[in-house]
Order: sequence, then C-alpha cells, then structure tokens
Amino acid sequence: MAKILAFIETRDNQIKASGFETVSEAVKLAKELQCEAEALVIGDNAVSSANELGKYGISKVIAVENQRLNKYSTTAFAKIAAEICRQKGFDIILLSATAMGKDLGPRVSAKLEAGLAADVIDLKVENGDVIATRPVYAGKAIIDIKITSSIKMFSLRPNVFKAEKVEESTPELEKVSIELNDTDFGVQVNEVTVSNEKIDVAEANIIVSGGRGLKGPENYHLVEELAKVLGAGVGASRAVVDAGWRPHSEQVGQTGKTVSPTLYIAVGISGAIQHLAGMSTSKCIVAINKDKDAPIFGIADYGIVGDVFEILPVLTEEFKKLLSN
Amino acid sequence: MKIAVCISQVPDTTTKVKVGGNGKSIDPAGVTYIINPYDEFAVEEALKLKEKNGGETVVISVGRDGVKETIRKAFAMGIDKGILVKTDNELDSYSVARNLADVLKEINPDIIFFGKQSVDYDDSQVSTLTAEFLGLRSVSVVVDLKIEGSTVTAEREIEGGKEIVTSSLPVVISAQKGLNNPRYPNLKGIMQAKSKPIEEKQPSFTDNKTEVISMRLPHGKSKGKIIGTDATAVPELVRLLREEAKVI
Repeated sequence: MAKILAFIETRDNQIKASGFETVSEAVKLAKELQCEAEALVIGDNAVSSANELGKYGISKVIAVENQRLNKYSTTAFAKIAAEICRQKGFDIILLSATAMGKDLGPRVSAKLEAGLAADVIDLKVENGDVIATRPVYAGKAIIDIKITSSIKMFSLRPNVFKAEKVEESTPELEKVSIELNDTDFGVQVNEVTVSNEKIDVAEANIIVSGGRGLKGPENYHLVEELAKVLGAGVGASRAVVDAGWRPHSEQVGQTGKTVSPTLYIAVGISGAIQHLAGMSTSKCIVAINKDKDAPIFGIADYGIVGDVFEILPVLTEEFKKLLSN
Repeated sequence: MKIAVCISQVPDTTTKVKVGGNGKSIDPAGVTYIINPYDEFAVEEALKLKEKNGGETVVISVGRDGVKETIRKAFAMGIDKGILVKTDNELDSYSVARNLADVLKEINPDIIFFGKQSVDYDDSQVSTLTAEFLGLRSVSVVVDLKIEGSTVTAEREIEGGKEIVTSSLPVVISAQKGLNNPRYPNLKGIMQAKSKPIEEKQPSFTDNKTEVISMRLPHGKSKGKIIGTDATAVPELVRLLREEAKVI
C-alpha cells in the first residue's frame, strides 16, 4: 500500500499558492490509489498552517518546527524531509517545482535513492503505476515517464494543478522534532528580497510580455500598465532581455521561464521558436504585432495585426473599464 | 585552486524537435549540437575564478563520443583539461549525477560549477544530486557570486525576488543567466583546444531510476482569429476574452 507525502512550501509561515496545489493533488492521487496522504510543513511556526491545509481534504499534517528553520536551508530541509519519509514509510512524495522545490527535490531523492520526475504537468494512475507527464525541450515535446525505484518523487509545475477546497475538516496534527546541528545549516539563506508588487511570471495567472516591437525600454511602461490593470506578471522576449531592456527574471522561453498561464498577451513579439516553446501551453494566447506573418499569430487564439503603440493604451483603458464594473 | 565544471551537450535551441523512431526520444537527424547555454555561464565563472586565484580548471561530461566537440568548445574558452564518461546509453539525471560524483571524488575540487539546467530534459536536478552524492554544500540558480577566502556569498533567483545565501568552500554552484557574460573563444584558444587532453572513463553507474514511456509533440494550436488591424478591434477582443475564452 502506497503512502503519499505532500511537502508544503511556506514563506514567512504563509503557505504558497503552489502548496495548496500540491496538497490538493496528493489528496486526489490518494483517492485513486486508495491510500493515505499526509502533508509536511517545515518552518519556525509550522503548526500555524495545519488548519488551512485541512480545507483541501488532507487528514494529517506533520509539522517540523525549529527557530533556525525560519528561512530555507537546502541541507537542513533535505535532512528533515528524508528523515520523515524513512520514519513514516512514505513512498510517494509530491512537492512543487518552484525555486525551493527544484533545489530540495534532488537532494531528498539522492538521500532516499528515489527517482524524481521534475516539473510535472499531469499525473495519472495506470495499472497501479503513477505515470507523470512533463514537457521537455522547453515544451517542444512532451514525455510520459515512470519511476522505477521503490520511492517515487514528483515535483509539480506551479499554476497547472488545481487547488480544490473540499468540505472543511480539521486535520490531525503531529509535531515531530528532528535533531539538527550546525553542519545541517552549512548553506543558509540570510536575506530574502521579494517585491510584493511584482508578480513573477512563473506564478502568474495572466502574463503580459513585450518584445522588440516596443522599440525601446522607455516604452515598456505600456506593458507594465496593462499588466497592472490585469494583476498580471510582466514577461519579456529573449531579444529584449539580451538587449538589456529587461531583467532576465522576466524572460519567457527556452533559456528563460516556461509558463502556462490562463491568459498570455504577447505584445510586439514575433515569436521565435525558443519563445513559443516557453509559452505555447498557455490556455489562451493573444498576439498584437504589426507584422501579419509573425509566427506568434500561428499559435495565438486571438490576434490584432497593428501598431502596438496605438492599440495597447486603448486595451488598457478597456480592461480598466471592464474590471471596475 | 581546483575548479571543476560539469557540462552537457544539447540540441541547438533553434532546433525543431521531431520524435524519433523509438517513440521515446527525439530524432537526431539534422540536429546541430551545442554546449548547454547555461553551462557557458558556469565555464565563464570558472575561468574568472582561475584568473583571480590561479589553479586548474577541468570540465567533465557524460555522454556519447560526440560530446568531445562540446568539451573542446570549453577548451577554446580557456578550460585546461577534460574528462568524458563515455556511454551511448540514455542515462537519467540520477545516473548522470552518480557518474559525475564518482569522477569528482577523485579530483576533490574546491568548487564545482554547473549550468542551472540542461535545455533538453529541463530537469534542474544534476547539480544538487551531485552535491548530495558528494556530501557537499550547494547553491542553485546563482546570479551573483563572491568568494573571499573560503566564505561564499551567493545571490540566487527565487519567484519574484532574490535570496542571499552564505556558505563556504568546497561548494557546488549552479549558474543562472545574468551571472556573467561568457567570453567568445579567440583564435589562439581555438587552436590550443585541439591539443588539450580529454581523458575517457567508463560509466560507473547505469541503474536509472526513471523510464521514459513515450514522447510526443504538444497539440498544435490551430490558428486563431485575427480580429482587426487597429485599436477599433479592442472592444471585440475584450468581449471575446470574457465571453468566448472566459479568461477575464
């Protein structure tokens, strides 16, 4: 009988959106496999998260608390997660493919000699096996993958799996203490700077991205204004990042971030193959470009062939009107 | 200072991917291979560190005989020597990392660089796996790195911001774009690359933990609607997004 563990990521004791997606998927998978699922929260006040996780149907939350765990440490977190799995006999581990999950997952997998399918976009059960679907070559191809080791790990791409609230229940809470020493904190995060206003493209539900068609960094405010009205993340093509207009953290594509938002608005982006690979799985794509032959129109659901400087301010105003109603 | 860089060979990012006859991997016909773009930042950081502190730089890769071309690209940039764990088998991230760890154990470097991910399988696993197999500290997705004595201060990218991480040598670092500007090989470097040594090794571990069942191309989106050619099309676009696509 399988036993599933969902590792829940928090920041400042707040569960991240991807954490709810992970716990929801664990509950769903447990139902399909007819087995148990529990959640693990690590932090300086991990117990505070337990009740919130109950809303997603998890029956038990394991909390590992320690003052030194207020910020992420790759070595300490990996030791705890692996130790919990060994102690409690978990053999399926779900976590998010976030900056933290991508760093933590492989360490835990090495400790447990477990295979890890990374950045998964779908999980299904076939003949008792969990089959993971994941994009490769930045989304130019998709693979189905199976894990052959006895412990199996899956990191879930944020924003793809649904966080579904079920009937509210109070989960059982178990506090576990794991002994940690100084060497476990050999890598330590000292400072975190996160902009509260900016939404990262990797987590955004809506993305507005700009390209060369904006002609210069001084015109990028048009993209930012539209993004602000929509509560969207700001993205960029490789060309404008390489030209130094925008930071690399905004780059969408094969050497940037691969994204799957609900709505992707491409402004002045022609659609090089590297860019299309990174965003073609978006649910709805809008392209605005003056070149009617631009490849971006080949994958866009809706397009306007025209001048971005004329269209963008009108679009921003129109959304403002719509969303204020 | 002993500096190691682990690199991989990937299809050029302009490659149009086709599924091969086995239905599990890409069709290699007509594909041009390059050094993984993130590994160029790793190589550059290694070279900068050697220029500052002296020492020796070595690149290590796992793969087919053809990977030697990519090792020579790193030579041309200035790396001193190379090691290829030669195998025609498809190894997963776990196996690649085990092989790298076995080679690195013998070298015992002060610092090991990786690119943050290979742009083929996009696993983002090998650097941290290798660090764990070696019992070493690691920082991934690094955009700024300072080494003073044995103290390491790194800035790593997270969602919507940055983390400042402190650690100490020996350490494993995975490089993100923005860490530096990789140099172009000059003619002298290209000439020297031909005579630099590549040591071949047999794989020490081939017990994959994952198995690819099938590969396919994503559903091609059919061409959508062109709504108009100027700002008068905007109200219709907004209406469609709300009523037809239901995304707003």
